[in-house]
Amino acid sequence: MPQRITLDPDMPLRARDLVGLGIDGQRFGLPLPSTTRRKQVDDMLEAVDATRFAESRVGNLSGGEQQRILIAHALISRPRLLLLDEPLANLDLGSEQEVVDLLARIAREQRIAVLISTHDMNPLLPVMDRIVYIANGRIATGTTAEVVSSESLTKLYGVHVDVIHVHDRILVVAGRREEALQHGDTESIVELV
Amino acid sequence: MPGFLSPLIEPGFFSNLPVQTALVVGGVVAVVSGIVGTFTVMRGQSFAGHSLADIGTAGGSAAFVLGISPLFGYVAMNLMAAGVMEWIGIRRPRGRDLATGIVLGAALGLAALFLYLDTTASSTTGATVNVLFGSIFTLPASMVPFIAIFSVVAAGIVLVMYRPLILTSISADLAIAQGIRVRLVGIGYLVALALAVSLSAVTIGAILSTALLIGPAATALRITNRTGRAAVIAAGIGVTATWLGVLLAYDSYYWFPNGGGWPVSFFVVTLIFLGYLVSQLRFSGRAVAQRRSSAAQAP
Repeated sequence: MPQRITLDPDMPLRARDLVGLGIDGQRFGLPLPSTTRRKQVDDMLEAVDATRFAESRVGNLSGGEQQRILIAHALISRPRLLLLDEPLANLDLGSEQEVVDLLARIAREQRIAVLISTHDMNPLLPVMDRIVYIANGRIATGTTAEVVSSESLTKLYGVHVDVIHVHDRILVVAGRREEALQHGDTESIVELV
Repeated sequence: MPGFLSPLIEPGFFSNLPVQTALVVGGVVAVVSGIVGTFTVMRGQSFAGHSLADIGTAGGSAAFVLGISPLFGYVAMNLMAAGVMEWIGIRRPRGRDLATGIVLGAALGLAALFLYLDTTASSTTGATVNVLFGSIFTLPASMVPFIAIFSVVAAGIVLVMYRPLILTSISADLAIAQGIRVRLVGIGYLVALALAVSLSAVTIGAILSTALLIGPAATALRITNRTGRAAVIAAGIGVTATWLGVLLAYDSYYWFPNGGGWPVSFFVVTLIFLGYLVSQLRFSGRAVAQRRSSAAQAP
């Protein structure tokens, strides 16, 4: 799923239509109405908890709702691997949490590997299984517990990094020498299995 | 004809051969423009559509110089221009508007030359009026088959590529992720657009042909949430405006100032504009109300 798709509010397209295009959008000719196809779309909308706004225009939905519809669009063709580029970018905290929960549920219920690239892994820490951490031209890989620790991240960045546990949540916070952090482009790839 | 319509419809309207041709050709062209125009608006290519219309002026006026039907001039020139836009636009992905503008300027220069040659050669303004404002009442019957063929090709391209066109309109990245050849879809679409613009140039004139392409589609997009319905509604609005325009132009024969009649393109464009105004007032009010009520429902 590409990063940040802006859905035009003028586009005459319902949320359910966009999900349906995930099945056969690459085909030529006009779509024929089919009950199996409709059922498939209904089930998918249900799975991403989008039934409530299925008939609304996609461009009028909130960022989090649009993201759920785009995930449904990607999932409906039953892929074995779901690749998402910055799926949490530009979402408010509430929508961010909804999308994270949805991705975790899909990975487990539908037995799909979900691979996410992100600049901010904090919201994903509770659900991710393995991580490929890229910083300063170096890579650290392993389970979340192995990679997300003060020692390994400090070594990777060359900057002191604190990993803090608060209310069952883990927070990664960069310490002093902020300058160095700004220069190193960081990106982590997170995998939910 | 029912008696109550007689004040509206002047005698002889339906038995007049040029009127019959105008109703049939105008109707077909309006349907094609509505279908193609819906995607022009969705893809944000209204400027390209308008530029093709202006560029077509050069083709139409050149056809007059050569003594062939302006339709062939429009089609040849628009296809060529669409090709150039595509070529420059691909080499400089952000330069699409710029490329369009440059091609547009050059073509209008040619149009000025050809229109000048047309008027000096024939010492009438017939060619100029024909190219700029259309020739729906003076279409020779021999052109009808060509209009039919171009119509079928333009509408056919859009209907065959219906789903890939919607996906590429939403997002090129999304379409690529689904295995769609975005560039091929874009080229196919430009061909349909070039043909649709040429066809409406014949009915309501080269410089007004975007009105028939964009106006009904923009109105339809406000009315419905479904792409297919939007195309059908746009076609319906276009046909209604064209037919009413033909009727009013026929009636206007007895109007101010001296019995020359008013041009049909004026009526068509005005009716489309009024339709858009009404939809703006009516449906933007409804959208706001909807948004408010859904905000109120949210927990």
